[in-house]
Amino acid sequence: MAQVVEERTPLVEMRNMRVAFGGVHAVEGVTVDLFPGEVVALVGGNGAGKTTLIKTLSGAHPADSGEIRIEGKPVTIANPRDAKVYGIETIYQTLALADNVDATANMFLGRELKTRWGSLDEAAMEDATRKIMGRLNPKFLNFKTAVNSLSGGQRQSVAIARAVHFNARILIMDEPTAALGPAETAQVAELIKQLKAEGIGIFLISHDIHDVFDLADRISVMLQGKLVGTVNKTDVTMDEVLGMIIIGKLPHEVSQTELEKLH
Amino acid sequence: MTDTTTKAPERVEEQGKRSLGALLRATEIDTRLLGMVVALLVIWVGFHVLSGGTFLTARNLWNLSVQTSAVAIMATGMVLVIVSRNIDLSVGSMLAVVGMTMALLQAEILPDLLGFDHWAIWVISLAVGLVLGALIGGFQGFIVAYVGVPSFIVTLGGLLVWRGVAWAMASGRTIAPMDATFQLLGGGSRGSIGETWSWIVGGVAVVAIVVLLTNRRRQRNKYGFRLRPMWAEVGLGAVACLAVLGAVWVINSYPMPARLAQQYAEERGIVWPEGGLIIPLGIAVPVMLGLVVALVMTFIATRRSFGRYVFAIGGNPEAAELGGIKTRWTVVKTFALMGVLVALAAAVQTARLNAAVSGLGQLSELYVIAAAVIGGTSLAGGVGTIAGAVLGALVMQSLQSGMVLMGIDAPLQDIVVGVVLVVAVAIDSFYRRRST
Ligand SMILES: Nc1ncnc2c1ncn2[C@@H]1O[C@H](COP(=O)(O)OP(=O)(O)OP(=O)(O)O)[C@@H](O)[C@H]1O
Ligand SMILES: [Mg+2]
Repeated sequence: MAQVVEERTPLVEMRNMRVAFGGVHAVEGVTVDLFPGEVVALVGGNGAGKTTLIKTLSGAHPADSGEIRIEGKPVTIANPRDAKVYGIETIYQTLALADNVDATANMFLGRELKTRWGSLDEAAMEDATRKIMGRLNPKFLNFKTAVNSLSGGQRQSVAIARAVHFNARILIMDEPTAALGPAETAQVAELIKQLKAEGIGIFLISHDIHDVFDLADRISVMLQGKLVGTVNKTDVTMDEVLGMIIIGKLPHEVSQTELEKLH
Repeated sequence: MTDTTTKAPERVEEQGKRSLGALLRATEIDTRLLGMVVALLVIWVGFHVLSGGTFLTARNLWNLSVQTSAVAIMATGMVLVIVSRNIDLSVGSMLAVVGMTMALLQAEILPDLLGFDHWAIWVISLAVGLVLGALIGGFQGFIVAYVGVPSFIVTLGGLLVWRGVAWAMASGRTIAPMDATFQLLGGGSRGSIGETWSWIVGGVAVVAIVVLLTNRRRQRNKYGFRLRPMWAEVGLGAVACLAVLGAVWVINSYPMPARLAQQYAEERGIVWPEGGLIIPLGIAVPVMLGLVVALVMTFIATRRSFGRYVFAIGGNPEAAELGGIKTRWTVVKTFALMGVLVALAAAVQTARLNAAVSGLGQLSELYVIAAAVIGGTSLAGGVGTIAGAVLGALVMQSLQSGMVLMGIDAPLQDIVVGVVLVVAVAIDSFYRRRST
């Protein structure tokens, strides 16, 4: 396997991660890493274990075993608060929005801005939300309505805005553009490039192989809970990545006829 | 051409229809609350007519305010409990235990230790009651949040357990009398703040309304957000201020009964004139307590992160957890807060009765839950307002008082209250479905 030997310490290393739900081995000994300013795409079919893997990093679900290092130091991430302390922000596939409160409340959920007297500073929070949404989705104007009356794409915009607002060092995006229209998707792609340039490390989970090739530096492929392998985008073709996703074979192991059968 | 002529009148009409809605929307008033106020007024006027003009009197409204206070105090806490997707069925029994504890302290334990009529007796027993309420509530909340037993079960158990404990504490005896100062909390003959203070309270409220409205406007202006039109702002402020002053005026029109007034005059060396004296009682202490509780709870629910978390948990518990909220601890706190409010209600009720009996607070869990639900709190969680719950308590109490005035007997009263509860929620869910 052609692996780049990096001199720098990775921003994130997840080694030999394991998670089982009863008898189902959702994640079985997966090792991935992420460098500052890098986008690592996590791809794989439905149920491959991508979401479960990143949940161990975001603190949403504990790993049964495995080690997580942030900038070389082993860390314990027992809950979402721990993850946030390390600058890990997550856009969940389920969006994880409180449906009954508005976009502003969701943006700042758990990290509200306070006035001098310790009460919520609604105006300041709404202002910040308007600013970030202006960058992300300028057509978004529903700041005062509960998010359950927003469209799927608008809800996704809120989830993205929340993740990028708090100066993340590590960003996890679990299918961030699944519900977005073409213009909004382009906007998010632009945002990812911008964040990457700022030195943020991004785990991007996506089913869109074109997006993956457009945005990622490296691609980690999972199949049935196991890591098939990690490749540099520049070393592989889309077909070879599809081969990894579907057949579970690395580019040098797979035959041309097997790849052709995929079409 | 024909198109425009046929369509024009329609459009005008539509605009006319819309303008009433637009008018309301411009004021940014909660239409659900407005609906409740209207419903309450309809009930009041209805009873006034049906009871031959005895309902809308200063005397009846004053009594109504006192009778509502205990349930209203507890309903404000029940809102948060229900919003967080829980329920507390134990409030009535908890009230009995806390009330019994405070009564035993005042009537039997503390006088032995400190001497009869010691000034600290009421302070100590109230403080112990509040702490006990917080502990019982917090304990139940702990079992709900950390052990994972559904709150319905935990508090159903609590309903039985605490009732039994209350009984055991006094073996069914009546514990009396309460400390003289403590009795003021019940709003009895002396438990009112008097005419002058009532006006002062009203004045402070008016100033607060003006300050709050201007402050909000200034804040929104600073960030360049959309403002209410000036007429709406001024109109809203004026209506609110008039409502406050009107309420104080009504309360202050209820004079002390003659015998009490005479006593009052004697104590102050006022000569008792021929035709008697009209000395207004003013706002009752439990009503003041209820108003303060409602304000503080509104502040907690809407302006503190704790309140925000309670609502977020009710909307989506998983999202709240992923957002980094300590959801379990938040649930414990809502139950502890409920316990504190139950203790306040227990103080009001024992002070009012000037005694504690083990049947204290029986069935009040149902009235408290009904008040919250009539006030627009959704049992599905995530939705509810403090003001709504207070109005809900007022609606319940108005129905009961009204029916008593009309001489309707108890079984029929229960039937009516039960029907109103279901109908109110039916109407509410109908409008909710239509508005989304
Ligand atoms: N909470 C859970 N309880 C039980 N099993 C679970 C749970 N979450 C995930 N699994 C199982 O773990 C496996 C991996 O699921 P995961 O959600 O990580 O897949 P994924 O790669 O994110 O899929 P998708 O592309 O569909 O989002 C699946 O077999 C799933 O059934
Ligand atoms: Mg997934």
